[in-house]
Amino acid sequence: MMQTWSRPVKTRIVLVAVLALLAFFPFAGATFYTELVTKVMILAIFALSLDLLVGYTGLVSFGHAAYYGIGAYVLGLLTPKYEAANLWLTLPAAIALAGLAAFAVGIFVVRVKGIYFIMVTLAFAQMFYFLFHDTRLGRGSDGISMNFKPVATIGGVTPFDLGNATHVYFFVFAVLVLVFLFLRTLLRSPFGRALQGIRSNEHRMRSLGFPVYRYKLASFTIAGALAGLAGYLSALQFGFVNPELLSWHQSGNVLLMLILGGQGSLYGAAVGAFAFVALEEVYSSITTHWQLLLGATIIALVIFLPGGLASVAGRFKRELIG
Amino acid sequence: MTEPILVTQGLCRRFGGLMAVNDVAIGLDTGMLHAVLGPNGAGKTTLINLLSGELPASSGSIRYKGEDITRLPPDRRSRIGIGRSFQKTNIFPAFTAFENCRLAAQSRIPRALHVVSDATAFPPVREAAQHALVATGLATRGDRVASTLSHGEQRQLEIAMVLATAPEVLLLDEPLAGMGAEEVARMVELLKKITRDHALLLVEHDMDAVFAVADRITVMVNGQVLESGTPDEIRASPAVRQAYLGGAI
Repeated sequence: MMQTWSRPVKTRIVLVAVLALLAFFPFAGATFYTELVTKVMILAIFALSLDLLVGYTGLVSFGHAAYYGIGAYVLGLLTPKYEAANLWLTLPAAIALAGLAAFAVGIFVVRVKGIYFIMVTLAFAQMFYFLFHDTRLGRGSDGISMNFKPVATIGGVTPFDLGNATHVYFFVFAVLVLVFLFLRTLLRSPFGRALQGIRSNEHRMRSLGFPVYRYKLASFTIAGALAGLAGYLSALQFGFVNPELLSWHQSGNVLLMLILGGQGSLYGAAVGAFAFVALEEVYSSITTHWQLLLGATIIALVIFLPGGLASVAGRFKRELIG
Repeated sequence: MTEPILVTQGLCRRFGGLMAVNDVAIGLDTGMLHAVLGPNGAGKTTLINLLSGELPASSGSIRYKGEDITRLPPDRRSRIGIGRSFQKTNIFPAFTAFENCRLAAQSRIPRALHVVSDATAFPPVREAAQHALVATGLATRGDRVASTLSHGEQRQLEIAMVLATAPEVLLLDEPLAGMGAEEVARMVELLKKITRDHALLLVEHDMDAVFAVADRITVMVNGQVLESGTPDEIRASPAVRQAYLGGAI
């Protein structure tokens, strides 16, 4: 007899399996893959932050890399030349400054909608790009190489070593889980429900008494702060930052991750980041023109699976059961 | 006599060269249903948009409970107690009927910015939402996704959402349009019941319904008030007969 599981139970089983896989992954061997999955998890945090805007507030930002880059540059600029920076000081600083930048930009951009929103977020991101690219602040197009990884010393104790790839892996893994839980809680709160209402019908939300502008600004700020967190982790992992982190390619890539995985689903954002990097790795091992293949894949996906990879399970079931 | 709860003076709205609403003075009192009649293009919906804040007035003033609200944005007007429904159904199609109303009721809690609690856990909000569903005859439809409701039910939901925000003034833009006879009868009863402790402005084409529920009627033509009075006065008015009713009543 077939055992029937309710959907939440099934989701939970898959979730536990994925978490277990991720938890044991570094012990399977190859450092290359440990570092690759670390990178993917950082991008998943980045994609999750954008999903709050695109998938849940209905704001399609084409400049989200700006806040990712700002978070990364905060670590680059706060790391002294001859000693290590402290994680517990620089990480909150990165989140706060990226959030502050998003708030300042948000004041202007969340007033406009649709294509105009896309263009002004891009314009502001380009301004930040050139700020780091062309001024002494960002030290030019070569960016900043950090001589030291930050230390996690707190109260005289160093619980983990950020120079160790496995430790970085688990630190990023923990942050990813926390960000996921934070967003899930946020989206179930009255605030999160209001954001989803705005995405569905902004006009009606306003006439029901919601100060839509403030909600959007708050969403934009939180998304920026979380992107800053992801950017910080990226700088931490690779030990250098350059203006490319803020480029519009980067903003486009993270949007593609959402399209791949399925916007408006937290799982989708995470899955999209994994899928994006996996496709990039596979295709670039086949040909140097891998972006052509990636583009074709994305077009095919949009046509045949508009809900993204996260919608596969439900779709598969419908096809089978009818 | 005290000032009406919502009152306009010399209210105008211009669209280019067109005076959509021209020098309108209208007052709403609690316990009274004020119907606005007029042919298409008379400016009825524009009037509601001006009162709800969706459109800024070109000139004139709007006072609510003695305070000038002419420049107040629509969300503020909703929060101080002016609720409106839309002629074209304006709901959250992907949400359940209950969630449509729950979200509406949520706008009344000052803790809207709470980010760590479960939105569905606030009993007063749940009760307000459920109450609104029951009042509009949607008690058994709470779990249905709004887009799967029948057209008539969506019209009922449209009203339920306004009720869930616990307004003191309701501006209803053709709430009966597209409803079946049975639904109209229920809605007319509901309108009468709501009128007891609310001020209502009703824009409606269903003449029978309007004359059954209205305490006052204002007839608009070309953006201007042609006549305003009790249903009997409107029936008797030669100007109204000639311009609008065409002798039908």
